[in-house]
Formats: sequence, C-alpha cells, structure tokens
Amino acid sequence: MSFPILTVAAALPAVGAVLTAALPPATNTRSRDRNKVVPLLFSLGTLVLACVVAARYQPHGARYQMTENHSWIPQFGINYSLGVDGLGVVLILLTGVLVPFVMLASWHDADPVVDDSGTFERNRRTQGFFALILAVEAMVVIAFEATDVFLFYVFFEAMLIPMYFLIGGFGDRTKGEDARQRSYAAVKFLLYNLLGGLVMLAAVIGLYTITHTFSLVSITTALQNGSLHFSSTAENALFLGFMFAFAVKAPLWPLHTWLPNAMGEATPGVAVLITAVVDKVGTFAMLRFCLQLFPQASKTFAPAILVLSVIGILYGALLAVGQKDIKRLVAYASISHFGFIILGIFALTSQGQSGAELYMVNHGVSTAAWLLVAGFLMSRRGSRLIADYGGVQKVAPIMAGTFLVGGLAILSLPGLGPFVSEFLVLVGTFERYPALGIVATAGIVLAALYVLVLYQRTMTGPVKPGNEGVGDLKARELVVVAPLIALLLVLGVYPKPIADIVNPSVNQTLSQMGQSDPTPHLTSAHSNAATTTTGGGQ
Amino acid sequence: MTGMTLAAAIPPISAPHIEYLQLSPMLAVFGAALVGILAEAFVPRRHRYTTQIGIALAGLAASFGLILYLAVDGYATNKADLAAMGAVAVDGPSLFLQGVITLVAVVAVLQFAERRLEPRSGTGAAVDAFAPEAAAVPGSDAERRAATSGHATTEIYPLTMFAVGGMLLFPAASDLLTMFVALEVFSLPLYLLCALARRRRLLSQEAAVKYFLLGAFSSAFFLFGLALVYGYAGSVQLSRIADVVEGKATITPALAQTTGNDVLLLIGLAMLGVGLLFKVGAVPFHMWTPDVYQGAPTPVTGFMASATKVAAFGAMLRLLYVAFPGLSWDWRPVLWGVAILTMVAGAIIAVTQTDVKRLLAYSSVAHAGFILTGVIALDRSGLGAVMFYLAAYSFVTLGAFAVVTLVRDADGEATHLSRWAGLGRRSPLLAAVFALFLLAFAGIPLTSGFTGKFAVFQAASGSGATALVIVGVLSSAVAAFFYIRVIVLMFFSDPRADGPTVAVPSPLTGAAIGLGAVVTVVLGVAPEYFLHLANQASLFVR
Repeated sequence: MSFPILTVAAALPAVGAVLTAALPPATNTRSRDRNKVVPLLFSLGTLVLACVVAARYQPHGARYQMTENHSWIPQFGINYSLGVDGLGVVLILLTGVLVPFVMLASWHDADPVVDDSGTFERNRRTQGFFALILAVEAMVVIAFEATDVFLFYVFFEAMLIPMYFLIGGFGDRTKGEDARQRSYAAVKFLLYNLLGGLVMLAAVIGLYTITHTFSLVSITTALQNGSLHFSSTAENALFLGFMFAFAVKAPLWPLHTWLPNAMGEATPGVAVLITAVVDKVGTFAMLRFCLQLFPQASKTFAPAILVLSVIGILYGALLAVGQKDIKRLVAYASISHFGFIILGIFALTSQGQSGAELYMVNHGVSTAAWLLVAGFLMSRRGSRLIADYGGVQKVAPIMAGTFLVGGLAILSLPGLGPFVSEFLVLVGTFERYPALGIVATAGIVLAALYVLVLYQRTMTGPVKPGNEGVGDLKARELVVVAPLIALLLVLGVYPKPIADIVNPSVNQTLSQMGQSDPTPHLTSAHSNAATTTTGGGQ
Repeated sequence: MTGMTLAAAIPPISAPHIEYLQLSPMLAVFGAALVGILAEAFVPRRHRYTTQIGIALAGLAASFGLILYLAVDGYATNKADLAAMGAVAVDGPSLFLQGVITLVAVVAVLQFAERRLEPRSGTGAAVDAFAPEAAAVPGSDAERRAATSGHATTEIYPLTMFAVGGMLLFPAASDLLTMFVALEVFSLPLYLLCALARRRRLLSQEAAVKYFLLGAFSSAFFLFGLALVYGYAGSVQLSRIADVVEGKATITPALAQTTGNDVLLLIGLAMLGVGLLFKVGAVPFHMWTPDVYQGAPTPVTGFMASATKVAAFGAMLRLLYVAFPGLSWDWRPVLWGVAILTMVAGAIIAVTQTDVKRLLAYSSVAHAGFILTGVIALDRSGLGAVMFYLAAYSFVTLGAFAVVTLVRDADGEATHLSRWAGLGRRSPLLAAVFALFLLAFAGIPLTSGFTGKFAVFQAASGSGATALVIVGVLSSAVAAFFYIRVIVLMFFSDPRADGPTVAVPSPLTGAAIGLGAVVTVVLGVAPEYFLHLANQASLFVR
C-alpha cells in the first residue's frame, strides 16, 4: 500500500491541535511564545505536506489521485475515501500557505492578560486560539480530499464548531468591539451554516436512498454509463438541498448576511480564515458535488444561480462602497468576489470554470494580503472605523504601500493574480450569457471605487489627529505581507503552473456533464483572442 | 361415574414450563430488589448505604453478565424464542435493550449514591439528593438529627431495582398482560422516586403527584385498550393478535361475536398507543415531562429520561412490529402526525425555556419525535436504527443530567439558565463536557447524536417518509438553536459575581459523566461495531 499522504496531510494539523491544546498554560513570555511556535511549526509542516501532494499530482493522470479507501460505517455504505483532483490540490496548497501567515499575523491577538505584577493570567486561551485554527485547517483539508459524500458532509459540518469558537471567543480588541455583538455574530454564523448543513443532510440521506452508496466515483460512473438515472424531480430536489448548503457557505446572495457580521467581529486573522479558506469549501463543493452528481439539475438551475451571483457581485460591491467599518467593507467585497466565482462555475464554460478555480486561489491570497495589512493598521490605532484614519502613508509608508498593492489586487489590476481569473470568468460568462457578462463587469468598476476610496480616506491627506503614532510594519508583519505580495505578482504574471493543474479537471467535469463550450459565433478575431487566453493555461 | 367424567373433561393442570435461564437477567434484578428489602429491614442503619449499593450493583452486574451470556450463546439470533409460556420474548431486541437498560441503571445507581455534593456543614453527615425523612426540611434541626442518626432513604435502591426489573420485562413482554404488568412494575417505583427530592420538596411532590395521576390515566388507557384488543382477537398474545389481524387464525367460538370487529381493534390499538406514547413523552401526551423532569431529584430525572424511554420505545416497537404490522395502513398516518407534532412542538417550546432541566425535558420530547420517525419505517433498518438511537441518547442524557447535579449554589442545584452564564470561564472542563453533550443532542457530526439521527432518518427515508425527514431536519435546526444558546451562555457571557460553584464530585458522578462522554464520542466516531450489533439484533421473535 502506498504512503497515505492525504490522510497524513489532514492528520498533522489535527495532531497539532490536540498537542497545542495540551501544552501547559503560559506562565511567562517564554512559555507563551513556545505555545505559539508549536502550532506554527505544525502549520508549516502541513504546508510542506501540501507541497508534496502538489508535486506528486499528475495533471493528466487519473481523475482522483493518491486515493485511499477504507470502510468506515459499512452499515450505511460509508467509506473513508480520499482522493484529490486538480482543484483539490490547488486549494489544499492555498490552505497550507495561508494558515501559517494567518497565525503569524494573529501572533498577539489572543495573548494572555498580564496583570500589574507581571503575572500571566493562567489559562489555555492563547494556545486554544491556535489549536482551533489548526483544527479548522485539518477539517478543511479533509473536506477538500473527501470523495465520499458522507465523509465530506461530516467535516463540512464539524468545522463549524471550531470556527464558531474562533469567532465568538476571540475579539479584536478594537474600538466598537462589543462582546454581545460578537456572540451574536458567532451564533448567526453557526445557525446559518447549520441550517444549510441540515438541509444538505436531508439531501444526503435522499441521495443514499436512491443510490445506496455515498461514493462520488461510483455515482458519477453509474450516471455516465446510464446504470443510474435520477428522476428529474428527485435530481432537482437533491441539487437544491446540496446547493443551499454550499450557497450559505460560499456565500451567495441572498444567503450572505452572516458574513459581514462574522468578519466584522472576528479578529483580522480569523476573518481571513473565514473568507479565504473556509468559504472556499462551499465553492469547491459546488464544483465537486453539485455539478458532478446532478449534471442535469445544474444546467436547469444555472440561469437562476447566475442571476443571483450577478446580483451578489453588484450588491456586495455597492454595500462595500458605503461601509464605515474596514472589516465589514472587506466582507462585502468578498461577497462580490464570491459572486464572480459562482458566476464562473455555473456559466458552464471551460474558461469560466478555469477562471473560477483560479479565482478561488487569487481571492484567497489577495484578501489575505489586504485584510491582514488592514489588521496591522487597526491593531495600532485600536479602531476599525475608516473615519479614525487619515494620512497614514506619511507616517507608515511601507504599510500604506502594501495596503495599496493588496487593494489593487482586489480590484483586479492587470499584472496581479486576480486579474487573470476575473478576466477568464467574464470571458467564459460572456460566451454563453453576454448580458450577464456585461452587467457583471460593472462589479470591476465598483471594486475600483471601494478600494481606492478606502485607500484615499485612510492613507492619503493630512495626518489625522491620533494617527501620528502609527508605526510602520515590523519584521513579523513584513514576513507575513511580503511573501503574499510576491505570490500575487507571480500569479498575475505566470499563472501557468496553477492553471496546468486545474484545467484538466475542469475539462473532465464539463465532459462528465456532457457540456461543451458554445461554438464561437463572433468574428474570427474575437474568438482567436478567447482561445489564446485559455491556450495560455494549457 | 360422574367423578370419572369430570376427571376426563378437565385436563390435568401441569406446572408451566419456565425457562429460568432465559429469564435470568430479570430474575437477577428482581432478586436484588427483594434482597434489598430484607437488607432495609435487618441491616443496621450505619451499614445500609454501602450494603444497598453493593446489592444493587451486584444485581445489575449479574443481570448484564447473563444478558451477555445469552446473547453470545445465540439467544439473540438463532435460539431466540418465547419463554414462560409465551409471555416473554428472549430475542435480539429484548437482549439489546435490556443490555442498554442495565448499563444505564448502573450509571444511575452511581449517581444516586453520590454523597459529596451536598455540603456536610449543615447536616453533620454526608447526605445525598434524597430527603432522609419526609418532614425534615433541608438545613433544619430535624434533618440534622435524622442525618446524624443515620436515617437515609436507602430504600431508593430496592425501588430502583424494581423499576429496572419492570423495564427489563417491558420491551420483552410478548403478551399484552405481561406488558401491562411490566408497565406498572416500573412506573410505581418511579412515582415514588420522583417525590423524594431533598431540596425543593414541594416541587418534587407536585411532580410526583402529576406523574402519578397522569401515569395512572395512561395505564388505564392501556388496560382498556388491552381489553378491547382481547375482545377483537380472543387472545393477548402478540403473535396471535397478528394472526387474527391478518386473517390467518381460527376464531374461538366463544368469542365469535366480537372477534374480527374492527371497531374494537382500532379503538383498542389507539388506546394502547396512548399508553405507550405517554410513557415516551410524545406530543400531545408530553405535558408531564417538563414538570416531572424539573421536580424530580436530578439523578432520578436522568434515570427516568433515559431508561424509561428505552423501555417504552422497546415495548412500542414490539407491539407495532409484532402484533400490528398488518394494520400499518391505519397506525402509520397517525404516528406520522404524532412524530411531526412531537418534533416541532418539542423543538419550538424548548426555545423559550429558562431552566436547564425543563430545557432538557423539552429536548427529550423533540428526541422522542426523532425516534418515532425510525419507528414508522417498520422494517429491519428502522428497528436497528431506533435501538442504536436509544443507546446513544440514553448515555448523553445521563451525562447531561449528571453535569446538572454539579452546578450548585447555596440552595442546591442552580438550574436557572442565567446562573450558568460564564461557566466556561470558571470550569472549562465541565463546560466543555456539557457542550459535548449538547452538541450530541443537536446532532453535530462526530457525536453519537449525529449517528443516531442519521440512522433513523435514513431508515425513514428508505421507507418513503421523505416529508418526515425534512420536518425532522428542520426541527433539528430549531433545536440546535437552543442547545447552542446554552453553549453561548457558558462560553461567551461574563460570569456572574454571585454565580454558582461547580461542586467537586466523588468518583461516582465523575464515572457517570466520563462514561457518558466516552460513549458519545465513540458512537460518533467509530459506530461500526455498535450499529452492527443493533442491526444483528433487529429481528423480533413471534
């Protein structure tokens, strides 16, 4: 039997979480740092394993690779079966990259309270914070690997618990921070996602009643060779059950309202974890489960979902423009971006889906860069209100510069990662639904507005009273920001490695659905341009 | 001449053949109960406490050992048969549920025996959760005198043993009369146990009276239903009733007038159903649960909430699956309605509760609804799923109520929810364990609650009850809300300055909570073996 690399990649952070939680509580600065270095090392170890997975993956090999299969609950036909496709590999890599940065950026967010005599408050709060992050990482990784519907469901639901404690238990210690608001946000997060998950549970049970298996591979094979056939009512109902859960998680308008609360109240690091990592499970699952298990229903509902996602793009962007709170602004920007991702997925064209998959990576990296720098800024001033800032670039030029680069990535400036993916999504959408493509493009304009206005208000102009003492980025913060910005540049200039991994699985998904790209019917010059764009990724 | 004719007419009455081995699990428990009564009469006061606990635990251990022996010996599968002239069925479901009940009872006895929670200072001697004398108010001189002179309600142990014996018999009873006797044998001691709380005496006595009156009503319903069904079928034997329902039996001439009268059958079945639905606490027969759960001493509540439910669902399964499967077109729609009402009402009313014990009471109502969805499946997978659910649920319940006994202030247990604020900051471990139980109640994956819920919903869906599954899932979402509210309260609210303290329990309660937590996690993460066991056991003998 080959080495179970996928299990190990998920188990390492899980072991790290348990170990971190079990460390003795900090009594001085040294033991406090030890309690944070241990989880950081585990997350770096996971990153190494994620790289190994990516290196072993052969883009043109089998659909699912490095598979593992063990019986778990045979009474219900549930297997512990893992396997990765291109998208899974890329997202595991994204998770592996982002978690260490999130930890470093949140280094002091959960520090123990020290009283006047220098004694540490003796509890496990600090290490609990890092243990929870590792637990979330473990569950997210296994969700990206699961090829058993039930196994996926279990971790899709279970990851709510550590997330809930991360949101509700650790505030960001800034002005306007309110324990009641925070616990409200945590509960709202949990209830929305739990409701989504339970509706999905009904669909999971229904799927089992019809197919008598949970294996993604057996179901898709049976669907393709015709030995299994859903009645269209059943397929539609099951699709909606799954899609509801993923649309809450992703989040798709109008199921998005939990996200601004959760991201607004959580620490910046946890907010990045929510939007850049955990929410990706939702869009990932749309591609892996909705499209593959229910191809017909996906086609039936695609127009409706596309309309919702375009509404989400515009709505999120418009509300982002009007926000007074930096973190809520980022949250609404994310809602807009998730609209783009879902648009790309359900346009059902190869450019659209490649774009959506690249978008998941780019959105993760760019939001992390943007929001973490914003977090450093907020931690200095102790406020998350835009109105409290002004002229920061005069006192903290490096911070202002990195904040600008992060923001430019968010607004899809050519040369930075998100541009490639956003362009592909729009092209892919335009091919089949020109009107929606055109309307969605307005989202880009609005993105420029909310990013630049935020920059202008906080960074430019005369130094606002209270901002004089804002220090520039420290070494730890630079270690967080510099690699992320480098990554954005690489992804913007040379996205080929990621595209190479992703594209074959996009084509497989579409061919499984019996969906081909619409024949170009515009002038030859235009269609050539479109082909060249995808050609770059093949 | 005439004497000879008579002798020929009356067949000789021979002693019935009793299979003592098959009945031995019940006999062991009843034996322990009788020995316990003798101990109460003859053992000196000072030694009664230890003696009674020893007897009870020995009886339960013996019973569990015998159940294991019977199961291993094949009485759960190929040797499954009726014993005691067809009055008791010794088969897979009986042995599985009896095993669960004895284990639950062991944990319950451990909690009854807990004497370290009540402060010694006021009483001069260690006291438990039960009133030493009916008139001795907690903290009064009378109570101090009673406690120091060694008066204690050690009779709870024999009472518990009788209740357990009845519960063992209830799901195994294969004729309606035995079922009724078992129902009474386990109900009467429970009424008494409810009234024995040391603190909040009036609430406890009120609970007992309510439970007794309503319970007596439901018993009367059951008995009347029994009589009507006898009129219909000419027999109280479940298998014989099934034959008559399916039209396969020859009719006794003496009862020819009533036999086959569907009116008798339908009304009779409905009345039997009322009796059983009362015991499981299904809507609209759930009114007693919150009051009784709140008023009874918490260890008793835990025992009642878990073991009674196991026994009553066992009996309901046997009644519906053995005697009335031929009538499923009539009872299934009714149970559909009851299940939906129970799930929805239990979950929604629980949202407004402010007392932990009442909250858990309404949650148990909602869970009765979830279990009913499995009962409705009327197939092997439904039976296995319900049995698994019962096993999983009872240990979570025991554990949760055991935690409730630990959170105390000067007036005893602090059950008002507002008092639980910030518990997670004061004693994170206890709060974490309680959170685990709440998550299991809510059915979060990787806990036993999820596996159980999945099993019953899957069985229901397999039998075509999709609508039930959807209602179940939606009420789970509502239910999750109030479980999570408690978690929020414990972890994210600031502790009150005058908040309750967490008593340090003796190893007895510690063991109960620990066992509950272990079972919750094991049945959630690696349920394979136990699901297999439940599935294997899921065949009734007729």
